[in-house]
Amino acid sequence: MEFAFTEEQIMIRETAAAFLQEASTSAAVRAAMDTELGYDPELWSTISSDMFWQAIHLPENCGGMGLGYVELVATLEQMGRYLLCSPFFSTVCLAANALLVHASDEQQIEWLSPLASGEKTATLAYTSRGTDWSAESVSVTWTPVADGYELNGEYRYVIDGHSADCLILAAREVGSTGADGIRLFLVDSDTEGLQRQRLGTIDETRKQAAICCDSLRVPVSAVLGDPATEACSSLSTVIDLATICVAAEQVGCSQQALDSTIAYTRERVQFGRTIASYQAVKHKAADMMLKVEAARSAAYYAACIAEEALSGGVLGQELAEAASVAKAYCSDAAYFCTGTGIQLHGGVGFTWEYDIQMYFKRARASEALFGAAGQHRERLAAMLLDAPAIGGAL
Amino acid sequence: MKLEFSAADEAFREEVAGWMAENLVGEFAPIRFRGGPGDEHMYVEERIAWEQRLAAGGWTCIGWPEECGGRGASIEQQVIFAEEYARAGGPGRMGHIGEGLTGPTLIAFGNEDQQARFLPGIRAGKEFWCQGYSEPSAGSDLANVKTKARFDEERGVWLINGQKVWTSLAQDADWCFVIARTDPDSVAHKGLGFFLIRMDQPGIEVRPIRQITGTSEFNEVFFDDAECGAGDIVGAPGDGWKVAMGLLGFERGVSTLGQQMGFQNELNAVIAAAKDNGAAADPLIRQRIADAHVGLKIMRYNSLRMLSGGGDGSLQPEATIYKLYWASWRRNLGKLAMDVLGPEAEMLEGQGYELGPLQTLFLFSRADTIYGGTNQIQRNIIAERALGMPREPKGN
Ligand SMILES: Cc1cc2nc3c(=O)[nH]c(=O)nc-3n(C[C@H](O)[C@H](O)[C@H](O)COP(=O)(O)OP(=O)(O)OC[C@H]3O[C@@H](n4cnc5c(N)ncnc54)[C@H](O)[C@@H]3O)c2cc1C
Repeated sequence: MEFAFTEEQIMIRETAAAFLQEASTSAAVRAAMDTELGYDPELWSTISSDMFWQAIHLPENCGGMGLGYVELVATLEQMGRYLLCSPFFSTVCLAANALLVHASDEQQIEWLSPLASGEKTATLAYTSRGTDWSAESVSVTWTPVADGYELNGEYRYVIDGHSADCLILAAREVGSTGADGIRLFLVDSDTEGLQRQRLGTIDETRKQAAICCDSLRVPVSAVLGDPATEACSSLSTVIDLATICVAAEQVGCSQQALDSTIAYTRERVQFGRTIASYQAVKHKAADMMLKVEAARSAAYYAACIAEEALSGGVLGQELAEAASVAKAYCSDAAYFCTGTGIQLHGGVGFTWEYDIQMYFKRARASEALFGAAGQHRERLAAMLLDAPAIGGAL
Repeated sequence: MKLEFSAADEAFREEVAGWMAENLVGEFAPIRFRGGPGDEHMYVEERIAWEQRLAAGGWTCIGWPEECGGRGASIEQQVIFAEEYARAGGPGRMGHIGEGLTGPTLIAFGNEDQQARFLPGIRAGKEFWCQGYSEPSAGSDLANVKTKARFDEERGVWLINGQKVWTSLAQDADWCFVIARTDPDSVAHKGLGFFLIRMDQPGIEVRPIRQITGTSEFNEVFFDDAECGAGDIVGAPGDGWKVAMGLLGFERGVSTLGQQMGFQNELNAVIAAAKDNGAAADPLIRQRIADAHVGLKIMRYNSLRMLSGGGDGSLQPEATIYKLYWASWRRNLGKLAMDVLGPEAEMLEGQGYELGPLQTLFLFSRADTIYGGTNQIQRNIIAERALGMPREPKGN
C-alpha cells in the first residue's frame, strides 16, 4: 500500500505547476475570460503540442501516453489552482472518457487519435434544463430513420459546447424512460440541424453552451459502440469519471484560495500587527487547511479508483461511491475556502481586481456541475440506507 | 499510488482476524465492544485477563522492535491489527497508555536499565500506566506545571510534591509518568524532569472525578513526598520537556490511526438505529449520515496518506490536521446519534445513570475536542507550524 505520489507523478505535478504559473497568470485568465472562445488558442496549442497533457491517460494505440488517472488528476489540480481557461476538461475529461468507456476499438482509434494529438477538441452533451445530473436525466430523443437516427431536443450546461469541434450527444429512444433507450452519438459540430449558443455565466473562466437538435440526422456509424447496447451505465461511469476531475480542480482552487489568503494576511497590517497574527484569522486559516488536505485525500483516492475502473480492477466497483465522496467534500471545501478567502481579504476581496473573486465564482460554478454536494450525499445515503450496506468495510 | 495492501499484509490481516475469532469468545464474549472511551471503567478485571491473553498470543506491543519484545510490525501491519481488532469487537485496551506512550518513549529516550525493567511488564499485559501531565494550572499551557521533584540525597530518591488532574485510569494504574519541576526556580519549558512513579505508595492519593457521563475514568492525583527511584527519571533533570513532547508525538501519531475501525462500528450503529426507527427516511438525517460517511472515508484516506508519507511514523505538515479532523468528526457523530434516536435518545435503561452506547458516544465525544490538545490548540498548531503564521503572543 502506497498512497503517495511516485517520483514520476511528482515530476508531472511540478512541471504542470511551473508551466501554469507562467502561462496562466491573472492577466492571461482575465484576457481569456473576455473572449467568445473562452481560451487562448495559442496557449492551448502550446499545451497540446508541447506539454501533451490531453494525451496523459489515453491509450498508446491512439497516440496517448498510456499513463493513469492519478497523473491526470495531478495535472487537473494544477489547472484548478491557476484557473486555466482551456478546452481540456471538455475534450479529455468528458469526450475522451466517453470514447474510452463506450466506443468500439476501431472507433477509439479513429476518434480518440485526433483528441490525443490535440488536433481536435470535443465535448459531451447530456443534460437539459433542470437539476438532475444523472445519466437517466437524458431528455433529448432519437428516433430511427432511414440510414440512421433523428435527434430532437435541447441540451444545456454543455461545457465548451459552443466551441468544440466534435460533440458526443446522449439521447434516448423516443418514449423510453429511466435507464432504457440511451445511446451516445458522435457528430461534427458543423452538422446541419445543430444550433449552438454560448450562455453567459457568472464564472467566466469556463464557458457553457446550449445546443439545440432540430431534426438532427446522424448516420448509424455515429453511434458509439454497438448500436444495440444500452449506454446508460457507461454514461454513468463517464459522469463519475468527470466528477472526479472537477473534484481535483476544486482541490487546486481551494489550495490557491488558502495560499493567496495567507500571503495577503501576512502583508496587511491593522492595529499595528499583521492580521495573520490574530487568532481569529489563524483559526480560519487552519480550518481552510484542514479542508484542503482532506479534499486532496478524497480526490486522489477517487483518482486511484478511477484508474482501477478504467483498467478493470476490482476496486473499480467503488467508482460511484468514491466520486460522490470526493465531489461532496471538495465542493464544500472549495466554497468554504474561497468564501473565507474573501472574508479575510476584507474590502479588496470584494473587488474585481483581486483574484479571490474569480476563485469564489469558479468554486460556486463547479459545485453545481455534475451534482451539488447535497445531491452526492443523497446518492451516498441511498447506498447506505436503502440498499444492502456499504458501510461495513472501511 | 497503490491502494492494495501487499499479499503479505493481507495474510497478516487474516492471521489477526483468525486469532481474534478464536480467542475473543467464552469468558471474553461479554467484553466484546466494551471498555472503549467513555466505558473504560467497565470490566477492568476481565480486560486485564484479556490483555494477558493478547500477550500470550504475541499481540501486545506489536509495533515495538523485536529486541524490545515487539514484533517490529510495519506501520501498515499496526494499522491492520488495529482495524481487525476493532472489527472483531476487541475491548478497550487496558494497556494502551503503556504500549502506545510509555513504551515508545522509553525506547526512544530511556536507558537500557529502564527498558529492561519496564518494557516486559507492559509487553506481558501485567503493568498498567497512566499519564500525569495536566495540573490545575497547566492544561493547554502544559509547560506551566508546578509539581516539584527534589532529589533527597540521604534516601537516594526523588521526592515528588504537587497535584495532577484529569489523570485517566489512575485508579487502575501501577505506574504513572509525571512531568515535574526539578529546578524550583525555573519557568516554562526549562527545568523539568520526566519521572516514572509507582502508584501504590503512601505518598500518593487518587481521588476519582465524576464526569459528564456520571462515571469516573479520570482522577485527581496528589503527591505528598511521593518517592521515585533515582534510576526512574528518563533523561537528565532538565530534559523533561523534550521527553514529554517526544511522547506527545507518539500520542498524535500512529497510535491513533487504528481507532477508525471503532468509529466505523459507531457509525454502523447510528445507521442501524436510523433504519430501525425510520429516521433513515428523513432527508436531513440522510444528508448528515452521508456526511458522516464521507468524513470517515476521508479520515481513512488522510491516514493512508500520512502512513505513506513518513515510514518512520514521523508526520508531514499536513498531518497536523489529524486530531482536529477526527475529534470534530466524532463530536458531530455523537450529536447525529441523538438526533437519529429522537425522544428515545433521552431515555436511560434503568433508574440509575446507566448510559447506552450511543448516549455514551454523545457525551464522551465532547471530551475528544478537549484532551490531547483542544481544537483551539490544534488550530494554533496548524496555523503556526503548517502555515507559518505568527505565534501567539505570550502573557506574563
Ligand atoms: C476525558 C479526558 C481525559 C483526560 N486524560 C488526561 C490524562 O490521562 N492525563 C493528563 O495529563 N491529562 C488528561 N486530560 C487533560 C487534558 O489534556 C486537558 O483537559 C487539556 O489539555 C485542556 O486543558 P484544560 O482542561 O486545562 O483547559 P484550558 O487549557 O484551560 O482550556 C480552556 C479553553 O481555553 C482554550 N484555550 C486555552 N489556551 C488557548 C490558546 N492559547 N488559544 C486559544 N484557546 C485556548 C481551550 O481551547 C479551551 O477551549 C484529560 C482530559 C479529558 C477531558
